[in-house]
Amino acid sequence: MSAMTLFEKVWNAHVVATESIDTPAILYVDLHLVHEVTSPQAFSELRERGLKLRRPDRMLATLDHSTPTLPTNADGTRPYANAEAQAQVSQLETNCAEFGVELHGWDSADRGIVHVIGPELGATQPGMTIVCGDSHTSTHGAFGALAFGIGTTEVGHVMATQCLLQRKPKPLAIHVDGTLPNGVGAKDLILHIIGQIGVDGGTGHVIEYRGAAIEALSMEERMTVCNMSIEAGARAGLIAPDDITFAWLKGRPRVPQGSAWDAAVAKWRALRSDDGARYDREVRIDASMVKPTVTYGTHPGMAIAMDAPVPAASNAQERRALDYMQSQPGKPMQGTPVDVVFVGSCTNSRLSDLREAARVLHGRQVAAGVRMLVVPGSEAVRRDAESEGLHHVFTAAGAEWRVPGCSMCIAMNGDLAQPGQLVVSTSNRNFEGRQGKGARTVLASPATAAASAVAGRITDPRDYLNQRDSTEQAA
Amino acid sequence: MKPVTHLQSRTAVLADENIDTDRIIPARFLTTTTREGLGKLCFNDWRYQADGSDNPAFPLNQPQAHGCSILVAGRNFGCGSSREHAPWALLDYGIQAVLCSEIADIFRNNALKNGLLAIALDELEHRWLLKNPGIELTINVRDQFIALPDGGRIGFELEPFARHCLLNGVDQLGYLLQHADAINAHEQLLEVAA
Repeated sequence: MSAMTLFEKVWNAHVVATESIDTPAILYVDLHLVHEVTSPQAFSELRERGLKLRRPDRMLATLDHSTPTLPTNADGTRPYANAEAQAQVSQLETNCAEFGVELHGWDSADRGIVHVIGPELGATQPGMTIVCGDSHTSTHGAFGALAFGIGTTEVGHVMATQCLLQRKPKPLAIHVDGTLPNGVGAKDLILHIIGQIGVDGGTGHVIEYRGAAIEALSMEERMTVCNMSIEAGARAGLIAPDDITFAWLKGRPRVPQGSAWDAAVAKWRALRSDDGARYDREVRIDASMVKPTVTYGTHPGMAIAMDAPVPAASNAQERRALDYMQSQPGKPMQGTPVDVVFVGSCTNSRLSDLREAARVLHGRQVAAGVRMLVVPGSEAVRRDAESEGLHHVFTAAGAEWRVPGCSMCIAMNGDLAQPGQLVVSTSNRNFEGRQGKGARTVLASPATAAASAVAGRITDPRDYLNQRDSTEQAA
Repeated sequence: MKPVTHLQSRTAVLADENIDTDRIIPARFLTTTTREGLGKLCFNDWRYQADGSDNPAFPLNQPQAHGCSILVAGRNFGCGSSREHAPWALLDYGIQAVLCSEIADIFRNNALKNGLLAIALDELEHRWLLKNPGIELTINVRDQFIALPDGGRIGFELEPFARHCLLNGVDQLGYLLQHADAINAHEQLLEVAA
């Protein structure tokens, strides 16, 4: 048998009917994640056609996009942004009860952003196919799963048949060699990669991230990288599972236990690209060249080192983007005044992200006039962060500590920025209006976001982290 | 889905590259639980001024774009989220085809499943269409070409199954349900492996 890529191994294990010239493959789905925004029309379709869910046991639902991140009101009601948001959440509660889907709703100790709780519960496992009506499903690829976003029509297909009609995408290897410099993290790396290959650099492809710098990343960091694969246009992004993966998953509620765990790990170890496996395309990135990276335009491909000059616009669309952002060609983004800082989203709301932000904020204050929101990715992250006292660090610094949810990443839940405000955000999209009509988004790492909150301007986090290191050494 | 065999219309042009799904329909309108009525929200933040009146600078608000159902858009149209609300909004707004040199994967997939012709063209032909708004085209799905007013033709690729479904109004869920035996067999293998 010829050498295969990791992607091909996972794909082949899930083919129910092979692809032909006339028909796509029928691909089996191991795990179907569901949230309130992209599922109601699919449940309605099933209801209208008198269909049932084929495998409700392979579905996992949660509430995240339309949910408020402020605590309940004194009268016990939730501060929804509007009646539609509340109705949408109620609809998912009704649908899950009627169709028999496990819902991690308001009363669940596990509720959170769908891409945070899947891994936390161990529902996400190596070698699986995982889908959700959400493009950031690529996050789960960090575990060596083939995970991708689908539309609502396809959500209905999976509900009724546990399968999808799919043409096989092409494998793209991104080799990240070398070592990331101190103070530079996974978010800087993925922004740098998208800046290099462009927002359509991965179209039609599944990215496999590999190389020494990828192997050195923690699971949380790998999730940050895979999460943004879609921002390069890729269908999915994945990383071969290894001992870091297995150690992270071991003992989680939904993974095999005891001897079944050992058998699963033995099987998962084969989930690596074979020597000599062929990719459609290969890209090499030198990790040692990556600096704290931010966006300066209105898509994630418009990303540069924060101390590098903003490039001049080469066409009308880039001019529009620079005008919208009020970015100045020839000047670096570093030093740009900041109005709002958001730490959260499926990209950067895990415990390690919050620790990274807290390390910068500890003993410091958010600058006057800057509003900072810290939104944990799940109830579990919130509990862990609070048990470490991170929430005290945030609130003492003047930041708002919120209830888990998608929050200001998508701005459909009451958390949003005002027109013209500049937001340094750890989320994944800096599209026009993404964080509120007229809001200007600069994507950045949690450390950069925290440093920018303290300085009131886009700031290199190493300015603070190095101070901290020298103080600690002196002490 | 109703069969779609051909589409005749003048073209309207949105030349910007990377028009993302948040621009097609901003996320704050995704609290709906139906597919209907999204046309009035299509391109909302680009199309209207702060007072709710039409933005004269939005190309599709120009009188000559009125009634056009073929949109020629800049490269990488539909990038961003997986929201099917984007093709639902476009169709309800009156756009039945998007012609582009490259179309984002999930958007194209969603569009074709709803009978919105998301068609990728060669760069040269795409560039020519971008520079010549308002020309009358006929898109022929069966024979995979676009007829120009001067009798010229532009050929295009279309995934064969998507073409088959468009031409015959095939219900893809119905097609999948017909494969229940193969799905059962796959699930039995999973049980054995576990």
